[in-house]
Amino acid sequence: MSSLTIKDISKRFGGYQALDNVNIEADSGEFLVLLGPSGCGKSTLLNMIAGLETVTEGLIRIDGEVVNDRDPKDRDIAMVFQSYALYPSMTVRENICFGMRVRKVPKAQQVESVGRVAKMLQLESLLDRRPSQLSGGQRQRVAMGRALVRDPKVFLFDEPLSNLDAKLRVEMRTEIKKLHKKLGVTIVYVTHDQIEAMTLATKVVVMRQARIQQVGSPQEIYDRPQNLYVASFIGSPPMNLIPGTLRENGGQVAVETTLESGTKLVIPMGRATPAMAPYFDSKIILGARPEIITEPGIHYDGATPYAFDARVEVVEPTGSDNLAIISLGGIDAIARLRPGAGAPGKSMAFSIDTSKALLFDPQSEQRIA
Amino acid sequence: MSAEATLAAPKSERGAGLSRLLGRIFIYGILILFAFYYLMPLFVMIVTSLKDMSEIREGNLISLPRNPTLEPWRVAWMEACVGVDCPGIRGFYANTFLMVLPAVTVSTLLGSLNGFALTKFNFPGHRLVFGLIMFGCFTPYQAILIPMATVLGKLGLSGSLWGLILIHVIYGLPFTTLFFRNYYVSIPQDLVKAARVDGAGFFRIFYHILLPISAPIAIVSVIWQFTNIWNDFLFGASFTYGRNAPIMVALNNIVNTSTGERPYNVQMAAAIMAALPTLIIYVFAGRYFIRGLVAGSVKG
Repeated sequence: MSSLTIKDISKRFGGYQALDNVNIEADSGEFLVLLGPSGCGKSTLLNMIAGLETVTEGLIRIDGEVVNDRDPKDRDIAMVFQSYALYPSMTVRENICFGMRVRKVPKAQQVESVGRVAKMLQLESLLDRRPSQLSGGQRQRVAMGRALVRDPKVFLFDEPLSNLDAKLRVEMRTEIKKLHKKLGVTIVYVTHDQIEAMTLATKVVVMRQARIQQVGSPQEIYDRPQNLYVASFIGSPPMNLIPGTLRENGGQVAVETTLESGTKLVIPMGRATPAMAPYFDSKIILGARPEIITEPGIHYDGATPYAFDARVEVVEPTGSDNLAIISLGGIDAIARLRPGAGAPGKSMAFSIDTSKALLFDPQSEQRIA
Repeated sequence: MSAEATLAAPKSERGAGLSRLLGRIFIYGILILFAFYYLMPLFVMIVTSLKDMSEIREGNLISLPRNPTLEPWRVAWMEACVGVDCPGIRGFYANTFLMVLPAVTVSTLLGSLNGFALTKFNFPGHRLVFGLIMFGCFTPYQAILIPMATVLGKLGLSGSLWGLILIHVIYGLPFTTLFFRNYYVSIPQDLVKAARVDGAGFFRIFYHILLPISAPIAIVSVIWQFTNIWNDFLFGASFTYGRNAPIMVALNNIVNTSTGERPYNVQMAAAIMAALPTLIIYVFAGRYFIRGLVAGSVKG
């Protein structure tokens, strides 16, 4: 259990920049998730923390100590791989013991540690099997057992669930979360699945093309995405990014956009801030999650929703909600309605919770409010 | 019309069955013919080795022996003449095993170590090193005979079995390296990473993790090396002489030693015995050979 600091880290492979000036702080007991599409550098960063890749520039500290030049074995870390990387010729017991054998841990202690981990992960009946005789979920648990038996300062997970089927993935996700709760360990977890990131993390690092886009709690990332990339990457269905024009009148601002019919909507966005000033009367993007565009009558605390009528093009029922597609500012915007609500082709009343809507600069793609 | 159609159907089915049968007969006929063609020399060798000289003199190559005798086999083994001595092939047999076993073992082990280093530890220039090693696969042996003789002379290994072992190890390495490299390339890098995180170093990872799963390709390498080294004539003839010669050189000398009548039966028996080890290996391990060759491409 320890803190982890990534300071000004860069990584180049020949001429290719894999990581560009990355800074991350993780407190002891943090569940840090590195989230991004493939090729964004998240796995490279994890390998660098593990000591499997060299650092081109910057410092990596585990528990305050710089570990840049230490071998993986001297960093007191444990790692779980996407492919599980179980040693094929060894039994489950031997797989779990291998690290201890290398470190020359006394036999009695090895036996005790294996027993403890096997019990925690329900591996007792599998100890004498080989990896080829295990199911995907069992292999996954053995891989975690091999990491857990070490009792390291930091756990590293490299997309550990992406080889499992959907149902098992959800189960193992909960297992990992429970383990983190129970052991209070520091975890760095790499994934490209935003739902995994949201559900597991205490802190999410969204990455794209070698750079960090945003660091924050899952709720922060969801509610206040720093830029259009984060806004569209997180959330399913994704945030509506509605083109419009920012208007100012007596210290109050509003976004002007159009419906499919050509009707103008002027959506009030409250008091103007200094950051908005450069955008008066120019193009802007309004970010609105599907759940803040609903049928009227839903109670919002503290804010008066803006109401308007629009024609529903399509309704997509998900069971828990009905997703209604309406045309706003020339894009297909998604509104989240109660199940059964909305009829395709019919006009109906909507309301937007403007207190939760965001404004983005269409050029720089950064959030301005 | 529908009645016609139903009547016609069995007829055409019968036609199809007949043409299929003819096709089968054709295919099997060809196969049997070629099997016969390829087995003929072996048959001639075996029957000749079981005949005595008087029967051979009658000149009927493919007739079965009238009075089968194992005497030619005994003579070949114990007292066949190789040049001026007549020690039989048994001493050369032992020689060859003494040379082949260490040469096969060492070249296979080193090849696997090379393959491991080339695939799992991406040291700078590993592609170039592999490319250079591959040159060895395409260098004709005749081209290096003289330089090799010089080197063996400098090492004091001229004419000895140790020198021959060294040469076979060196010239086996490009092939064994190629086999193991191609096999290890398909083994996930994560396995090595996991072992490194567990604290294992180069040799421990090799010994505990890679080597135990190398059986399929090790069998390929062993069969390949055993067959090649056992059957080698050029190096054996160039770098050894007299009683140090391997079996293939001895066999050649037996056949070329002519004092009066050629003892075809003894020569055939000696040839069969010389070929037997590689045949036995192929019969017992051949299917692993095929399996091992394709193993690299299949995910474990």
